Amino acid sequence: MDAILFFVFAALAVGCAVSLVLQSHPIASALSLIGVMGSLGVLYLLLGGEFIAMAQLIVYAGAIMVLFIFVIMLLNAGAEPPGPKAKYLKFIGAPLLIVLMGLIGYFVQTQMGATEVVKFGSKSDFGSPASVGMSLFTQYLLPFEVTSVLILIAILGAIVLARKEID
Amino acid sequence: MPQLPFPSAVPISYYLILSAILFVLGVAGFIYRRNIITVFMSIELMLNAVNLSFVAFSYKFAKPDGHIFSFFVMVVAAAEAAVGLAIILTVFKNKQTLQIDDVDSMKL
Amino acid sequence: MDFLILSLIKLAVVMGVFMTTLAYLQWIERKVIAHIQLRVGPNRVGPHGLLQPLADVIKLITKEGLVPSHVNLVFYCLAPIIAVFFALIAISVIPFGGEFTVPFTDIHTSMQLTDLNIGLLLILGLSGMGVYGVALAGWASNNKYALIGGLRSSAQMISYELPMALALVAPLLLVNTLSLREIVNAQDGFYFGVLPKWSIFALPFPQVVSFILFLIAAFAETNRVPFDLPEAENELVAGFHTEYASMQFASFFMAEYANMVTVCSVATLLFLGGWHPVIPDMLGGNYVASLLHLGAGAICLYHGLLQPARKWDKYTLPVFGVIFILIGLVFLIPIVQTILMPVFWFCAKVLFLLFIFIWIRGTLPRFRYDQLMRFAWLFMFPVALVNLLVTALMVALF
Repeated sequence: MDAILFFVFAALAVGCAVSLVLQSHPIASALSLIGVMGSLGVLYLLLGGEFIAMAQLIVYAGAIMVLFIFVIMLLNAGAEPPGPKAKYLKFIGAPLLIVLMGLIGYFVQTQMGATEVVKFGSKSDFGSPASVGMSLFTQYLLPFEVTSVLILIAILGAIVLARKEID
Repeated sequence: MPQLPFPSAVPISYYLILSAILFVLGVAGFIYRRNIITVFMSIELMLNAVNLSFVAFSYKFAKPDGHIFSFFVMVVAAAEAAVGLAIILTVFKNKQTLQIDDVDSMKL
Repeated sequence: MDFLILSLIKLAVVMGVFMTTLAYLQWIERKVIAHIQLRVGPNRVGPHGLLQPLADVIKLITKEGLVPSHVNLVFYCLAPIIAVFFALIAISVIPFGGEFTVPFTDIHTSMQLTDLNIGLLLILGLSGMGVYGVALAGWASNNKYALIGGLRSSAQMISYELPMALALVAPLLLVNTLSLREIVNAQDGFYFGVLPKWSIFALPFPQVVSFILFLIAAFAETNRVPFDLPEAENELVAGFHTEYASMQFASFFMAEYANMVTVCSVATLLFLGGWHPVIPDMLGGNYVASLLHLGAGAICLYHGLLQPARKWDKYTLPVFGVIFILIGLVFLIPIVQTILMPVFWFCAKVLFLLFIFIWIRGTLPRFRYDQLMRFAWLFMFPVALVNLLVTALMVALF
């Protein structure tokens, strides 16, 4: 059952990623990215990361992608016109990509091939909100506070950059 | 349940290979596409792939540290998305175009 | 295998009850608003208009599904699917009652589809994903009114998610868990045998402010009056669902009512003690259900037999009276009492909150858009923050 879930959602993630790269309309790409994030959320659940799966759903898929979709709608971005791309890109680029993926897969498999399998629920509750929260507020408190300052800076930057000039 | 032709659970390396595939696809989108928003979304895809790697390794060592790194990556991605989209809005206001090839006024 | 079959049976029961509730919630809303506005409401189709939802469903299914030629077809068809999908999934983590053993068998189960230990975060996430249905609908319709309505509605939903989440965190500080069943279990019991230990009465800090904040944010999240500018009939034609017909329009409304029920259920679970009784057993709380139903049956019989107000009441009201009395008698059986009383209390509290939603719709005018956004960012967000800080301070001190 774990394997079925993994292969289904991995195929969904890869399919949505390919669709993200190949679609001509930005909204279709944005929806494909939301599909990728959803499938990755399920994979995080399989890996025992309940809190991070929900954070992915709430923060990434529910807030950041809404921001993307708003900007695409406000700028009225249309489908990309098929430009004068060189023909050789398709014949060199795609096989090179597949070769790169194959190389990485081969190296990962030989270096880490004999590790344990991922069984849902086999390890202790290290991914539960209590465990993550305890670690976040004791051991990683300084990065937490620094990231909140970072978000404040980002808010200020976004407001300054996107505001209308009052003449 | 009938006996499946493959094992009933996958090794961790499969998750890492999936993360690598998603990362490479993100790089491909980043290099190939000309619409600035799609380029930005490919960057987000790369960040997601890295998150998957972090969570997979966190499972291997049964510690929440990988989850916390993944959380910080999400937070930084949110901040970067906000500022990046604001920059895209400003570029659009000045150049009225979303193709990265047309933003070349500083080219030699 | 047993778990799978049991889950499928529970799923069938929950979906059946939920879909019927959604349909009849619309009937309740139309009748209540009509009576607030001194008119009668639907009363032609069936006794007191009770078959009106059926007539509406038949009309919506058989209506011509007109797809305009200028829309972006893929996203136009995808938007209602997204809206309904995320609205209906949220029901899977909401508990309706306690654990019980099915009589005559030894199946021990709980009245909930799944009990995730992150159940509350899932509901927050799903309400965040519901924004996409509205935004895509507005954009795909290729119509400036729909686009404005869609963007305003999504901006409103995102803005109010923040005070809603902060208002939800405050009672979580008191119960220390994210699982909805554990949250309700922590509100068991009574202070001095009389006052229930709900979150709104809980020491060290009664969560009244959180409750009110959550309800106001819930109004905005579900696009209900006074925050329903994006779908107001006299403002933007019909807002984001202008170009939708028949079943797709019905999907959006089903999604809105499902969101309403979900949000009222979450408010009940977190603030009003879920399925725990209002009146303790020792003071006779077990008989409230029977008394209510017997009283309703008596009123129906009186108005049916002795004082019929309308022509058909002579025949239909006594039937209802007999049904209510039978249900009241069923609630006196001890086995039924242990299993169904929690469900009765839960449904009573959710229906009370839904009645408040409908009551406010009939009473208040709607906000202008800039007043709405100002209210969210300049009033509700600081109040939610201060409330959270005060709750945390009280929890830390006591």
